[in-house]
Amino acid sequence: MNDRLKDLLQKGPVAINIGVLDFAESLKNQDSEVIHLNWTPPAGGDPELIALLDQLL
Amino acid sequence: MITRCLIRKKEYYDSVFLMRVAKQIAGQRGILQAATLMGTEKNKVLLADIGFESVEISSATPNDLIIAIRAENETILSNTIENIDQWLNQGVGETGALSYRTIEEAVTHLPRFNLAVISVPGQYADREARKALEQGLNVFLFSDNVPVESELSLKEFAREKGLILMGPDCGTAIINGIGIGFANRVRRGPIGVIGSSGTGLQEFTTLVHRFGSGISHAIGTGGRDLSDQVGGITFLSAMDALESDRETKVIALLSKPPGSSALEKLIQKIQLCRKPVIACFLGLKYQPTHEPIGCKLVRTIDEAASLSVQLATGNLPSLSEKSQQKLEERIRQHRSGKKSEQKYIRGIFAGGTFCYQAQQILQDAGIFVHSNAPLQNNPKLKDPMHSTEHTLVDMGSDEFTVGRPHPMIDSGLRYERILTEAKDPQVSILLLDFILGFNASLDPAGELLPAIDEAISEAKKRGESLTVVASVCGTEQDPQDFNLQFKKLEGAGVFVFSNSAQAARFCGLLITGGS
Repeated sequence: MNDRLKDLLQKGPVAINIGVLDFAESLKNQDSEVIHLNWTPPAGGDPELIALLDQLL
Repeated sequence: MITRCLIRKKEYYDSVFLMRVAKQIAGQRGILQAATLMGTEKNKVLLADIGFESVEISSATPNDLIIAIRAENETILSNTIENIDQWLNQGVGETGALSYRTIEEAVTHLPRFNLAVISVPGQYADREARKALEQGLNVFLFSDNVPVESELSLKEFAREKGLILMGPDCGTAIINGIGIGFANRVRRGPIGVIGSSGTGLQEFTTLVHRFGSGISHAIGTGGRDLSDQVGGITFLSAMDALESDRETKVIALLSKPPGSSALEKLIQKIQLCRKPVIACFLGLKYQPTHEPIGCKLVRTIDEAASLSVQLATGNLPSLSEKSQQKLEERIRQHRSGKKSEQKYIRGIFAGGTFCYQAQQILQDAGIFVHSNAPLQNNPKLKDPMHSTEHTLVDMGSDEFTVGRPHPMIDSGLRYERILTEAKDPQVSILLLDFILGFNASLDPAGELLPAIDEAISEAKKRGESLTVVASVCGTEQDPQDFNLQFKKLEGAGVFVFSNSAQAARFCGLLITGGS
């Protein structure tokens, strides 16, 4: 078991939230540490461009 | 009538938030219809279906926000548009001040993260989950529409790294007392649970809480984890984690029946496990003997919760929450005023697992029901919009929720369905579920009470009596307050249980004549 999994179970979540903002808010309301990413679909959501980017990066 | 479509370039919001904004717009006086969606191809089709089409909409990208409004006149429309910024600004919370754009960026600046909670649209989920795992994070993957090949590859990668990937389509987890996704506020305690369905985990954890014990961790796996294709990778990793966890004394497993090779792996793991294991495989046709499995097998979620509490604390909680006198009184009430053609039950569920479990319980009582999500040997509804004879509908399934909020968030879909069922003179019983907890509707009972009242009074006008049975899944510590929701329903004449299986058993009793 990875240390981060042990850490998750022993200390609780310290989370990065990506997507639905409500999920970050509910973690925050339970006094759990969380940040919400300012996420947008990569490459303007263009699947071909995303595939190309993934090959390059 | 006037229609307008606004495009806000490079302004991204999540779908749950946008559905709430659309509801706020639609609730304004004189607004006939409103939609707020990101400019994906799928959303453009949804907009065209409801009559919103324009060159601007066609050219919008998935990063552009489309606001489409139909109003009675120009003044109403202009006034509403003026308020849009204010509604959209509610989406810019304080959480993290929206300062990082990628997982890599966030981890570089704050390396202590141990979990990524991912709920982006399905087509981007694999990419983000993989990035999170590469950064050494465990993953709670709420996103659905992730191909099974991606799921397998992500889970193999997680296993390789000693991490856990909960999901895809994972609705619920409770880790060290913190609820993630649609979870309830429950007591901490000695029982660990691993489950393939969110509502299954919610029911189990709230029942353990109601039985006086508590939860160490509740780990969601996603619905396909115990398929032969995925091979139970998350179930097995979660079992390892719970076995090593000092707080966990008993481990419960909740799932539909596993695939045969996944079951073999699970059995091996159970047999080597040093802690007692209880398994509930909903829909399992035959009850195998306990010996080959190496653990206690039970039929329903409440039995799993009750037995777990007994193994952890030594006390077996009772499943019967009503006195015999109360039950007899209700059976008499049900029988009085019923017309001979009132023969059928209609279950209108927000929780898919509750719909499935109720079918199993009714089938065990010899009652076969139609459903849009049928149990083995039950007929599939030809049209999910129309019930026939005995019918239990999972209103959270895809055919109802494309472009609409899930019934756990918004009761609109169930409201309409209750009224539709109540018009059928053959209906005798309505069976409903109410699911509380983080991220669910703040007043699910209050939202449906007007529909329940109307259904009961419509039946009365026809000289019939309609029986409404419900279950509430939650705790007194939930934002909605279990006791408040329970009392609201009781006040409207609903016979309420705190346990979905018991509500279904009671309905079976009513249908079979109380024998």
